[in-house]
Amino acid sequence: MSTGTPTEPGGASPPARRRPDVAAMAVAALLAVAAGLIFWSTSQMGAVAQYARIGPAVFPHVIAGGLVLLAIGTAIAAWRGDFPAREPDNYGPVAWITGGLVAQMLLLNVAGFSLATGVLFAATARGFGRGPLWQTIPIGTVFAFVIWFIFSRGLSLTIPEGPLERLVP
Amino acid sequence: MDTFVLLANGLLVAFEPINLFYALIGVTIGTAVGVLPGIGPALTVALLLPVTYRLDPAGSLIMFAGIYYGGMYGGSTTSILLNTPGESASIITALEGNKMARKGRGGPALATSAIGSFVAGLLATLGLALIAPWVVEFALSFGPADYFALMVLAFVTVSAAFGDSALRGVTSLFLGLALGIVGIDLQTGQARLTFGLPDLLDGVEVTTLAVALFAIGETFKTAASPAADEKVEAVQGSVWMSREDWKRSWLPWLRGTAIGFPIGAMPAGGADVASFLSYSAEKHFARRPEEFGEGAIEGVAGPEAANNASAAGTLVPLLTLGLPTTATAAIMLAGFQQFGLQPGPLLFANNPDLVWGLIASLLVANLMLLVLNLPLIGLWVRLLTIPKPWLYAGILVFATLGTIGANPSVFELAMLLAFGLLGYGLRRFGYPVAPVVVGLILGPMAEQQLRRALAISQGDPAILLSSPVAIVLYVVAFIAVLSPMVMRLRGRGGLLSQIAGDED
Repeated sequence: MSTGTPTEPGGASPPARRRPDVAAMAVAALLAVAAGLIFWSTSQMGAVAQYARIGPAVFPHVIAGGLVLLAIGTAIAAWRGDFPAREPDNYGPVAWITGGLVAQMLLLNVAGFSLATGVLFAATARGFGRGPLWQTIPIGTVFAFVIWFIFSRGLSLTIPEGPLERLVP
Repeated sequence: MDTFVLLANGLLVAFEPINLFYALIGVTIGTAVGVLPGIGPALTVALLLPVTYRLDPAGSLIMFAGIYYGGMYGGSTTSILLNTPGESASIITALEGNKMARKGRGGPALATSAIGSFVAGLLATLGLALIAPWVVEFALSFGPADYFALMVLAFVTVSAAFGDSALRGVTSLFLGLALGIVGIDLQTGQARLTFGLPDLLDGVEVTTLAVALFAIGETFKTAASPAADEKVEAVQGSVWMSREDWKRSWLPWLRGTAIGFPIGAMPAGGADVASFLSYSAEKHFARRPEEFGEGAIEGVAGPEAANNASAAGTLVPLLTLGLPTTATAAIMLAGFQQFGLQPGPLLFANNPDLVWGLIASLLVANLMLLVLNLPLIGLWVRLLTIPKPWLYAGILVFATLGTIGANPSVFELAMLLAFGLLGYGLRRFGYPVAPVVVGLILGPMAEQQLRRALAISQGDPAILLSSPVAIVLYVVAFIAVLSPMVMRLRGRGGLLSQIAGDED
């Protein structure tokens, strides 16, 4: 159990505990970038008359300062390999699901809720290894259409309509 | 005695046929969604928020109460019959309950969990009714400085008590706080962190963030993780408990309630802390501690009761002070706000019918759940067997539907995706998700109170420590930083290693 554990670059497995965790270092860097963004964005704010000592810039500065400290703490934890062990993840499914969400986003106002969401449904199922798309897209579209009907007609929510939805008077 | 008059009035509201109907719908869909693997109470509430958009406030909140309690019940069923729990608070139940189910005692495990949840829900809701007016009276004298101290306390308990690392808990909290600044500053009207995008002027919606982090993040994580073995245990044997089972269950129910309610109400952490403590208490008191880890009924009864009692306890700070201390409570607060209602002492004064109707319908929902759960167990089991591709595809459809229904814009969907990827990253690196959501909603509230306090004192920071209430709260916050550390150290030796060493 303690020998021959495959380690992806940056993935800390229990035997390699003390090794610097490169991916966690990247997390620390991202936290620092977020802090920098907040500082920069706050500095772009036009100055207004400060009638109170605590103006609108103080809280962002405190939070950004906190993020800087946390980034340093995270970097130290990453250096010492203190992060919980991670198994290597498969990124294929993540790409499929992201693609599905992007497709829904782009199609929504063009093709309507049912068709756009049918694509999302099929892409997600594909991410979990279920296909083929020419079967799952129609299944998803029918499913989404039923939901559209219940929510837009039954609960009167405003949901973008497309050619399919317009078939229903 | 005034409380009982108010509660009786509340019961009259709750027993109006239309409200009974809302409560019934709430508990049914709450249980159905809560049962689905991977969906905890926070996500149940967030996903079902759109259902209540078009109802009147009272009906909507009553349905919400049902969804909240139903989600808790559903989660227990999942954790007993499936070896991956749907909510963190049920991990303990999973430990003993799943063992019981594998030994063919799934029926009694479900029964003791359901009846225990009922007992705890009943007592804790009554506790809520008794304590709330007292807290409200006290809270009416709170100034902005006291509220700020209260929020500091909530920040500390939420980020230090969740998860297993204070560094990662606090980082999550700060991410939430950072997202909270986005939008128009309420005091000066200046846009902050909007990067010139008009869509960001209104800030980040709590429901968008919660649905993205919980639903989409969880979907990403499940899809990316190498497939784990999951087996749904068939419910064998009668769902009725034997005399022996009753004898071994009733004390753990009461003890679990006594542990869970204060922890939820104080706020000293989430439901998971309550069930951990209850589990170790039961192990301590059990006549046959060697059965623990092998399917001891006390180990299901106690933590389940503690879990539900702390869920009801969470409503004390939420309703009386407007202070959400869990992700679920944060989403419920967003639910109140969509009707322009701000929970807090003034809500009790201005809308007593609404508040007491809500508390009374918690009692009603609890009873409905007991009646509904055991006979319908076969139906819930069938929900557990939905294959993962369809399940998660469906979850994403509903997750995006919620956002589209609230605000059908491409930008909002893009935020949903971005936060979903953030949720995946948080899970990947072991960051807790709940503090992000709580930070988003509490951050702007804390800022407002702080600036209000300093405006009153004309900039003198001494006002922050000028009232005894605030000083006491800061002391409690300090203790809250230390005690989880101690608990964690003790827990790591006992409880946590037992979970890790349990199997596989």
